[in-house]
Amino acid sequence: MKILTGNDLKTGAVTWWDGSGWSLYVDDAVDVGDGGDAIIAREESARRINAPYEIEAEKTQSGVRPAHIKDRIRGLGPTVRPDLTLKPGDPNAVREVI
Amino acid sequence: MVDLAQTILRFRDDTPVSDPAVTVEAFTGQSNALAVRIEPGEDARSLLPNLERIRLVEVNFPAFGDGRGYSAARVLREAGYTGELRAVGDVLVDQIGHMRRCGFDAFQPDQPLDAGDVEIALSRWPEVYQATTDGRVPIWNLRHG
Amino acid sequence: MYKYDQWDQAMVDARVAEFRDQCQRRIEGKLTEDQFKPLRLMNGLYLQLHAYMLRVAIPYGTLSGAQMRALGDIADKFDRKYGHFTTRQNIQYNWIKLEDAGDILAALAKVEMHAIQTSGNCIRNISSDHFAGAAADEVVDPRPYAELLRQWSSFHPEFSYLPRKFKFAVIASETDRAAMRLHDIGINIVRNDAGELGAAFYVGGGMGRTPMIAPLINGFVPLDRLITYAEACLRVYNRYGRRDNKYKARIKILVHELGAEEYTRQVEEEFALLLAQNIEPPFAELERIRTYFEDPAFAADAPDELDRSDPDFAVWSDRNTHPHKAPGYVSAVISLKPVGGIPGDATADQMRLMADLAGEYSFDECRVTHTQNIVLPHVRKADLFALWQKLEAAGLGTPNLDQVGDIIACPGLDYCSLANARSIPIAQQISQRFAANGKGEILGELKLKISGCINACGHHHAGHIGILGVDKKGVENYQLSLGGSEAEDTSLGKITGRGFDEAGIVDAVETSVDVYLAQRQNGERFLDTYRRIGMEPFKEALYG
Repeated sequence: MKILTGNDLKTGAVTWWDGSGWSLYVDDAVDVGDGGDAIIAREESARRINAPYEIEAEKTQSGVRPAHIKDRIRGLGPTVRPDLTLKPGDPNAVREVI
Repeated sequence: MVDLAQTILRFRDDTPVSDPAVTVEAFTGQSNALAVRIEPGEDARSLLPNLERIRLVEVNFPAFGDGRGYSAARVLREAGYTGELRAVGDVLVDQIGHMRRCGFDAFQPDQPLDAGDVEIALSRWPEVYQATTDGRVPIWNLRHG
Repeated sequence: MYKYDQWDQAMVDARVAEFRDQCQRRIEGKLTEDQFKPLRLMNGLYLQLHAYMLRVAIPYGTLSGAQMRALGDIADKFDRKYGHFTTRQNIQYNWIKLEDAGDILAALAKVEMHAIQTSGNCIRNISSDHFAGAAADEVVDPRPYAELLRQWSSFHPEFSYLPRKFKFAVIASETDRAAMRLHDIGINIVRNDAGELGAAFYVGGGMGRTPMIAPLINGFVPLDRLITYAEACLRVYNRYGRRDNKYKARIKILVHELGAEEYTRQVEEEFALLLAQNIEPPFAELERIRTYFEDPAFAADAPDELDRSDPDFAVWSDRNTHPHKAPGYVSAVISLKPVGGIPGDATADQMRLMADLAGEYSFDECRVTHTQNIVLPHVRKADLFALWQKLEAAGLGTPNLDQVGDIIACPGLDYCSLANARSIPIAQQISQRFAANGKGEILGELKLKISGCINACGHHHAGHIGILGVDKKGVENYQLSLGGSEAEDTSLGKITGRGFDEAGIVDAVETSVDVYLAQRQNGERFLDTYRRIGMEPFKEALYG
C-alpha cells in the first residue's frame, strides 16, 4: 500500500494520512492508491501538513508497517528512549520496528 | 505593458535607465551599452575597465539561495561603481537587508514584495558588525568612538 | 568570559524579533517551506525525524553557570527534560514546536545566547579548544579571536548564502584538541620568532563524504589583519565554490580542485584589494574582547597535592582531569558517557547541577567539548574530591575520558532525518561490552567515533576506530575504519573491508581491540600500534 506522512506544521509531530485528516498513529494510515499527489498538494497548501511525502507500506496483523526502517522509527519514536515513544509500555515495540 | 516603476523598488533619486541590460559578453564587445546584467557564474571584475560608462548593473538571482550576487555587488561597489545596482529574479524580502548592505540600491523581484514587510526588513537591524561600502558604522567602531 | 554590551544584546534581540516574524509568516502561509527552510536553518531549527530540532550555539564551547542553568530550564519547559551536546560544542533539543521557537530564542537572549547560524549555508558556530584559558600548554587563550570572528560572521551580509556550510575552529597550542585541520578554516594562533602573535590559516579541511586535511595556506597572518584575511578566504569561496553539486560544494573541494597554491594566490590577491577597503575592526576591539578572557583570581596558595586514598577517585582524577596553567588547579572533565548511556545527552537536572558545580568549583564557567563532554576548567585540586563525590551521586562520574567508552556518536537514525543507520545503540553496546569484559580498563587511550551517515557528524574518519552506518537495502549496516586521528597528528581512517550488521560490528570492534592487545609494545596506544603494524593483521583477524 501507499501511505502519506509528514509533520504537523506548528508542532512538528509526525503524522499519517488517515483518509480524512492527519493522525499521530501510523496504524491509522490508509492506502492512497494513485491519489497521493493530489492529497499532498491540497493539504500542504492548506498548511495542515509540512514536508509530506508518500511511502510504501504493508498492512500486517498488528497494523501498518512502513517499508523503510526510517519511517518505522518515525512511527514509533527513538528506539533508544522507549519512554518517549508512542508505545512506552510495550517491551516489544522497539524490536518490531528494526 | 508592465510599468517598471511598479515592479522596481528603488533607493535612488536619479532617473532609471530605460535601456535593456545586455549580457556581460555582449557588453565587453560593444561600446555604447549603459546597462549590463551579471549572471551568477560571471566575474563582476570583468566590468571594471568600463565602469565609468555603466549606469545600471543588474545582478541576476535565478534562485535566492545562490549567494554569488552578493559578492558581485560588493566587488563593484568596492571598485567605486556608483551607478544603479539592481537585484533581479528570485529576490525575497528576507534577503533584501543583506543585499542593501552589499550595495544593491534597486530590486526587481519576480514576485512583488509586500511594502510593509520591506519596511520591517530594512529597519530590523539597529546596528551592524561588519564594514561594507554602505557607509554604516560598524559596532566595532562605535565602541571605540 | 565574554559579556554582551548593549550592541551585542540589541543584535540578538533583533534576531529574536526577526525570527518570530518569520515563523509567524510561515504559519500564516506567507512563506513557503522552501522559502522558510534556509531562514529557520540559520536559526538552528531543523525538521528532524520526530519533530523540529533546535540547535543552540555555544560559541567556542564556553558557558557560564547561568547559561548552563538556562539550558536546563529550556529543556524542562520546552522539551522533554533533556538535551544533547554535539560535536560542534553546541546543544540540541529534539522535541521543539515551531510555535515555541520565538519564546525559546527570547529565553536564550536573556542569558546572552542564541541559535544564530547553527545551520544553513553560512558561517557556523566557531569552535575552539575546550581547555582554552586553562591549559598549561597554550600560547595564548584562543577565545578572544574566536569571539571576534563570531561577531564578524554574525549576519554577514555577503556570506549568508554560501555554496555550503562553513566551519571555523580556533586553537592556540601545539596540541590540537579541536580537530582544527578538519575544519573549513582552522586557525592556530602562534607566536613568531619576534614574539608577535599571528594566525596560521589552514583552509579546506573537513570530514563528510570526501574527508580532507586542511593545508596551511598562510603561516602568519598578523592579528590586525585577521578579519580581512578571513573575508578574503570566504570571498574566493563564495565566488568560485561549486554550486552545481551539493556534495562538491564545500571549500575543501575548491581548494583541492584549484590546488592549495592557486587558492592561496587568489586569496592573497583578494586580501590585497580588501586591505584598501578598511574593513578590519580597530585593534582596540580585540584588546577590549581580550579583557573578558583574563584569568580569574586563582588562589596563589592553592595546594598542589591531591589526596588519592580513595582508589575510585584516583582513577577518575587520573583519567578525567587535565593539567592547568595555575599551580594547584586542574581542568576536570565531566563524562556524558555513562556505560550504556546515550553519548552527549544530559537531563535538565544534570545541566542545573553542572551549573551549580561550575559556580561552586570553577569560577562559574564550564565548557562543552567536541567529544560531547563537559569541562569545569578551573578546579582547585583541594576541591576535586568533593566535586567527584557530587558527580558520582548524579551519575556524572564515569572515569572514561578518551577511553573506549568515551564514544562520540551522532544522533543517528533514532533522531536524524539524514541518517542511514542508528549510532547510539552501537555506542551503548560497545561501552557495555568493554565494561563487562574488563578490557576497557586496560586499553588506555582509544578514540572511537560513530556516524550514522556519510555526513560524519560523529567524526568517524577521525576515530582511532571509526564506525559508519550505511543503508544496505533497507537494513542497517556498519563499516569499520581504523587509524584516524583528529589531534595534531591528524589522519583519516581507512576502511577495513566489507561491513557488518549490528551485532557483527560490536564483535568486530572487540576483534580489532584484541589484535591491538596482542601486538602492543611499550605502552603504545591503539593508534600507535595500528600505525606500526598496518591494516593487514586487523584484516586477517576480522575477515580471515
